[in-house]
Amino acid sequence: MKAFIRYSPLLILAAAWELSSRLGLVSPLALPPLSDVVSAWIDMIKDGELVTNGVTSIYRAFAGLALAVVIGGVLGIAMAWFKPVNVLLAPIVEIFYPLPKSALIPVTVIWLGFGDGSKILLIFLGCMLPVTIGAFNGARSSERHLVWSARSMGASRLRMLWDVVVPSAMPELLNGIRTALALSFILLVSSELIVAQKGFGYLIGSLGANGTYDAMYAVVFTVAFLGFAADRVYLLITKRALAWRA
Amino acid sequence: MNGTTIAEAPNGFPEKAARFAYRVAWGFARVFSVLVLLAAWEWLATSGTFTPFQLPALSKVLVRIWADITTGDFFINTGLTLYRALAGFLIAAVGGVLLGMAMSRLRVARWFFDPIISIGFPMPKIAFLPVIILWLGVYDVSKITMIVFDAIFPVVAATIVGIQGVERELLWSARNMGAKEREVLWQVVLPAALPQIMTGFQVALPLSLIVAVVTEMLMGGYGLGGAMMTASRFANSVGVFAGIVEIAVVGYLMVKAMAILRRRLLIWHPEAHDPSTA
Repeated sequence: MKAFIRYSPLLILAAAWELSSRLGLVSPLALPPLSDVVSAWIDMIKDGELVTNGVTSIYRAFAGLALAVVIGGVLGIAMAWFKPVNVLLAPIVEIFYPLPKSALIPVTVIWLGFGDGSKILLIFLGCMLPVTIGAFNGARSSERHLVWSARSMGASRLRMLWDVVVPSAMPELLNGIRTALALSFILLVSSELIVAQKGFGYLIGSLGANGTYDAMYAVVFTVAFLGFAADRVYLLITKRALAWRA
Repeated sequence: MNGTTIAEAPNGFPEKAARFAYRVAWGFARVFSVLVLLAAWEWLATSGTFTPFQLPALSKVLVRIWADITTGDFFINTGLTLYRALAGFLIAAVGGVLLGMAMSRLRVARWFFDPIISIGFPMPKIAFLPVIILWLGVYDVSKITMIVFDAIFPVVAATIVGIQGVERELLWSARNMGAKEREVLWQVVLPAALPQIMTGFQVALPLSLIVAVVTEMLMGGYGLGGAMMTASRFANSVGVFAGIVEIAVVGYLMVKAMAILRRRLLIWHPEAHDPSTA
């Protein structure tokens, strides 16, 4: 009941959508009725179109994100732990961080073509810096006392890095990864909308060009929902992972 | 920053000279790796490892940017992109703060918008771009709408968190001294929530630029993103790289300006004295 009251505005919006389109308040071309969109969605699941394109897209996003998390995390912790690394990399990070990564779409296409490679590279490049900065801030602010006591108990430098610095960098690192997760969806969809032969973005573009708007809406909402669900699942996992801090 | 400079100056050394030397060394260290990167770019491009199509030389890209500047194209494109990004950002900033305020004061607003915000925030809103094009066409209105749609969520979320975090003592004392609700809102709640709200702005501003560039790339026309996409269609990779450099510079200046604005606006706040923000 509580959940019903909480989410009732969404139901109201859905009803308003269906009614305004059915009653002809807005052109059904611009806004096909919700029920049509749902049936188009079911059709696309049945003929496998949505699933095959979805698998391609999710593979691209995941591969790019995984690379970004590993390399970005290592870089960020290295920057916080070894001063020379920081002096070398900090200016580069500072310059590239505010660059809208979508500007790199044409370049990744020039380098790797229209397929998976260019999307993975783009997502990797776009998602790396938030992870790096999260890891850097987290590792830098690891408590002096913990570092000191580890050192006084005779931990080696590497041991300290692994047992003290990495765990205390975790919350900020995980936060950076959350930003990266959201970015990966944005970059995925925009790069696929611009140049692709497969994937959600391509499907949205080609359905829109064909004028099959109910199907286009179905894909748009599928992507939007997947982005939302990925964020919620990620939050659940991080809450688990950080349970030791509470 | 100042504290460490003085502390690191060796004893008996004139403090000013030490500070100057430190600044020069630090400034050099800061540009060093960027210079190395640029030199590596030029060297890699001219060494023949890559074709000029894959990686045009930095010098050629700079010549192209200079040509863009002298013909005025650069200013037209940058101006348009900035206009769209900033217009969208300002609408999102004002609207987001107002909506956040409404949601923290009025139960109805909270009931209605809370699920929409919490579901809409993590959604990749760029996926709705074709829908926006369908409704509003491909000109400025749809681009700016898309930017507002993307940038408003961090502002609303930050405003709500900021207002929730305002210390009760501040509210009590303001009311106790006879402030009206409206005065409490504008003179106590909003300034006290400002650090959080600024953080929201600092997320929303780069986002506005990202979306401005993407929408221009997808819908064509003038603007930095549009010019880059045109260059890309004609396989003009010098133009593409020139576009990236131009967008990088604009983005960098925008983020810096926002950080300076934050320091100005929050000069009264303890965070302004925190060395880590220097």
